[in-house]
Amino acid sequence: MEQGVGARLLRKEDDRYLRGRGQYVADIKLPGTREVAFLRSPLAHARIGDIDIPEDFANRVFTARDLKGVTPIRAVSALPGFKPSDQPPLAEGKVRQVGEPIAMCLGDTRAEAEDVAAAVMVDFEELPAVHDMLQARRPGAALVHEEWGDNVFLETFVDDDIDAAAAKAAVKVTREYRTARQCMAPIEGRAVLAYWDSRMEVLTVYTSTQMPHIVRTGLSECLGLSEENIRVIPPDVGGGFGYKGILLAEEVCLCWLAMQTGHPVRWIEDRREHLTASANCREHHYRITAYADSNGKLLALDAEATVDSGAYSAYPFSACLEAAQVASILPGPYDFEAYRCRTYSVATNKCPILPFRGVARTGVCFAMELTLDAIARELGIEPAEVRLANLVKPGQMPFDNITKKHFDSGDYPEALRRAVAAVDIPAWRKRQAEGEKDGRLIGIGMSIFCEQGAHGTSVYAGWGIPMVPGHEQAGVRMTPDGGLEIRVGVHSHGQSMETTLAQVAHEVLGIDTARIKIVHGDTGLTPYSTGTWGSRSMVMAGGGVATACEQLGDRIKAIAAHLLQAKPEDLRIAGGQVFSGDSSIALNDIARLWYRKPQDLPPDVDTSGLEVTAGYKPKRDSGTFSYAAHAAVIALDPELGDTEILDYVIVEDGGVLVNPMVVDGQVHGGTVQGIGTALYEEMPFDESGQPLASTLADYILPGAAEMPDIRIEHMETPSPYTRFGVKGIGESGAIGPPAAIANAINDALRPLGAEVTDTPMTPRRVLEAIAKAKGTEGEGGQA
Amino acid sequence: MKPAPFEYARAGSIKEASELLARDDITARILAGGQSLGPMLNLRLAQPDLLVDITGIPDLVAAERDGDSLYLGACVSHANVEDGRIPDVTNGALAEVARGIAYRAVRNRGTIGGSLAHCDPAADWPCVLPALGARAVVQGANDKREVAVEELMQAPFEPGLEPGEILAGLRIPAMSPDARWGYYKYCRKTGEFAEAIAAVAWDPARGFARIVIGALDTLPIVLGDNERLFGDTPERKPFDTYRPEEADRMLTDAGVRDPLKRQVHMVALRRALEFASA
Ligand SMILES: Cc1cc2nc3c(=O)[nH]c(=O)nc-3n(C[C@H](O)[C@H](O)[C@H](O)COP(=O)(O)OP(=O)(O)OC[C@H]3O[C@@H](n4cnc5c(N)ncnc54)[C@H](O)[C@@H]3O)c2cc1C
Repeated sequence: MEQGVGARLLRKEDDRYLRGRGQYVADIKLPGTREVAFLRSPLAHARIGDIDIPEDFANRVFTARDLKGVTPIRAVSALPGFKPSDQPPLAEGKVRQVGEPIAMCLGDTRAEAEDVAAAVMVDFEELPAVHDMLQARRPGAALVHEEWGDNVFLETFVDDDIDAAAAKAAVKVTREYRTARQCMAPIEGRAVLAYWDSRMEVLTVYTSTQMPHIVRTGLSECLGLSEENIRVIPPDVGGGFGYKGILLAEEVCLCWLAMQTGHPVRWIEDRREHLTASANCREHHYRITAYADSNGKLLALDAEATVDSGAYSAYPFSACLEAAQVASILPGPYDFEAYRCRTYSVATNKCPILPFRGVARTGVCFAMELTLDAIARELGIEPAEVRLANLVKPGQMPFDNITKKHFDSGDYPEALRRAVAAVDIPAWRKRQAEGEKDGRLIGIGMSIFCEQGAHGTSVYAGWGIPMVPGHEQAGVRMTPDGGLEIRVGVHSHGQSMETTLAQVAHEVLGIDTARIKIVHGDTGLTPYSTGTWGSRSMVMAGGGVATACEQLGDRIKAIAAHLLQAKPEDLRIAGGQVFSGDSSIALNDIARLWYRKPQDLPPDVDTSGLEVTAGYKPKRDSGTFSYAAHAAVIALDPELGDTEILDYVIVEDGGVLVNPMVVDGQVHGGTVQGIGTALYEEMPFDESGQPLASTLADYILPGAAEMPDIRIEHMETPSPYTRFGVKGIGESGAIGPPAAIANAINDALRPLGAEVTDTPMTPRRVLEAIAKAKGTEGEGGQA
Repeated sequence: MKPAPFEYARAGSIKEASELLARDDITARILAGGQSLGPMLNLRLAQPDLLVDITGIPDLVAAERDGDSLYLGACVSHANVEDGRIPDVTNGALAEVARGIAYRAVRNRGTIGGSLAHCDPAADWPCVLPALGARAVVQGANDKREVAVEELMQAPFEPGLEPGEILAGLRIPAMSPDARWGYYKYCRKTGEFAEAIAAVAWDPARGFARIVIGALDTLPIVLGDNERLFGDTPERKPFDTYRPEEADRMLTDAGVRDPLKRQVHMVALRRALEFASA
């Protein structure tokens, strides 16, 4: 059976996952472990007065005062004007968000630790809270960080002259959009188990993270402990999506406590902590004016974007990654000449924002694609035509767009044409015109976008955040019986890398994937890496594994050359054998010789051995550009505002696919999350900064029953810069759906003259849009 | 999200349970399926000293036809209703409603009595049981009483039960073969609590008609006085003379000031009526 690049190999990791034998942090039992519960702020903004700890619990409660020598988490950006925020692991003086940890409480069980937390009394002096990012910028707003003088982490400008281009426009549309604050909702929340290993003199930290090496670096900085004395182990991780791409205050606290007490301590995040305390995502606001000619060709774009970054700059991505990204990627896959964009990363009394699958692309795609549809409606032409008038053409590749993004390859118009053909728009238009028996309205919508992935040193160095990816290293080691161990610093938690990286190694060395073991999730065993994020792992770690396997192949050939009495350069490795013409020797035999029968090796053998660590970077590190066109058909109930998805098509180009089945899984999962963004998920806040969806009864996630059959078609345009021509694709699914579904809803609402502009497009928002178009507040008795 | 400490007792009989519940030195609480109480304990919204598990009491899982009605023990699960393991006296209404409650895992444990006793205005049984004219059988340590279900519910999350009293079962009148019912529940997605509920039942042979509007901030609105909704011609099919202005006014009176919310309730009601008259 095919096992190399391109094979639909079944996942190696499924055996343990499907049998419930995964090992997550909460499954790890260490003798003497005590449980931690955090006492968290019930208020969004307040000064902390006395903290009253009952005498019985004196040695079981720890506050900022106890954490001597621990420094705040500080994630700065080198972008000019960035204002840093210090995030103390336990609140000092002031709390700036609901859920901010104030005290760490110990118990033999979590329930007992919560009893202790409930007995601690804190005096608060409540302060006015900043609950909305637009109000936060107004004069007189309360200040999250008083020393700043305002609430803006960072402002950025792209200030081209657009007036000349705009003057030529036949149409001008202006819109405001909002994407709601969301939670990332991995099935496994965060979890930390820390202990001091006195034999190794190493702080050992099991933690549910996507980036173990970055967590180690961050812990070292905050704890003042050198990195060789820290070992970070993420075992199986039950979903990340960006939520686990952070150095946690809780990680710092637990590590301090483990060293302080000498016994293991653990904290398992509960769902309320996940929803309200740790980190949210996605909250953007856009004000956009687009200018186009009478064919819908864009002439100029004028935008202002605001991102609600929350109270603190999260480590390592910082509070400004999202908004700064907006400015550079808003133009999307479109080719136009004049662009102006201002962005604001705003501090509010909410938990920090983290990059969620798709990062800023989901909001950007929403804003841009709704604007293109508004142009299409204004001009009375099909939305696909407006897009075709503006998309970058295959002949322009590689293409540097208006913000200097370097598109590596692809045929964007073809993806759109295929998506349009796959949903059969004329047939739906007919049905739409005839009307549904049940009174529902049919709508057709589409979106197209690009996903810059695996962007490296040059991109991140410009942002100057605590983490800049360099060469991605992978270690490969032949075992004495001819198996292969591969060590990578990225982490696989749903990405199927235990399978796909084995496929890469198989492609180079021909070793059966059953004999290839991927070792990841342990800083003690793997090379340094910034971890799994930014759709980078297949491009970067895949390239690293291929490079290391090639170098291992050279060493194997050097040994084989003696045995086959040939020159190394005349040898060829295939199917687990080294060939010289027709004669061959198996890789296992070479391994056996090297490790176990060295007496049979010639005296002048190459002594480097059968273990290689190699680093890799694509030929250009500005990122791969995968892209997709999404098309959605929906039925909208104008009486209840409810949307049902009738058909959903994705035409996706992720370059060469290492395992198309795995890619389908990634796209499906991301799309479901994107549908969540489109229709269900929202973390609302009241004026005092209280998060209002504190359980999953209030925070609505998409469910299996509501999901359509997602149809995927692949195009495979290789990237000219990467090993095998692969591109990053892990986040793609989550980018397109809000825009495609919003456009479908607006298409359905068109006869009513109504339009939605905010996510999620809840029944309530749809009804409000209809009522607004009718100039009534609602129908009341008209039902 | 772990509960405060509590003791646990599994009662073998209603008498034993009600004695435990009547103790005045501690606060005790009944545990049935735990599908509502469990989350409340975990969120520490409820912190009883003692949980009295009643699911092992044989009388409480009875389901039998008793003359003109069906008697259902309080601990009959939603799933047993859904799967038709109880006699059908409502032309399929009970099974159909049960199927739409939450998810199967919740239905396997959640009980019809627990749901009624919880008095959640957005839950299914507190709307459907009044529409069917069901009566609650309430038992204390020494006495037993029967009361219409809508009278049992005093306020949201407040059943009218005295200390030591248990909701033992429900008596559901059998419908005539040509009786009609309609149920429309609107929720954001499968298994979510309802944004709007309307239940209607209409049994001309018994001279019985009911409309219930639920999922409000208050207890469900129960209308037995069909004249107010249908005018003076109750022998006609429910939808024929349905007067929407009346329902709208009732919703306004019940405190639903927001016109879009009223619209959603009205649509649910109209669809339930359409279902009943189809
Ligand atoms: C995820 C989820 C979704 C849900 N969705 C829905 C839904 O769509 N529709 C819906 O209707 N319900 C829904 N529910 C609630 C579910 O139906 C519960 O089972 C039901 O409300 C309570 O029944 P229970 O047997 O679990 O009661 P418990 O949780 O054990 O008890 C609930 C309350 O009633 C009291 N009590 C229980 N039995 C008696 C008795 N015999 N006499 C006196 N007091 C008693 C208890 O002391 C407690 O106060 C949902 C629950 C969950 C967890």
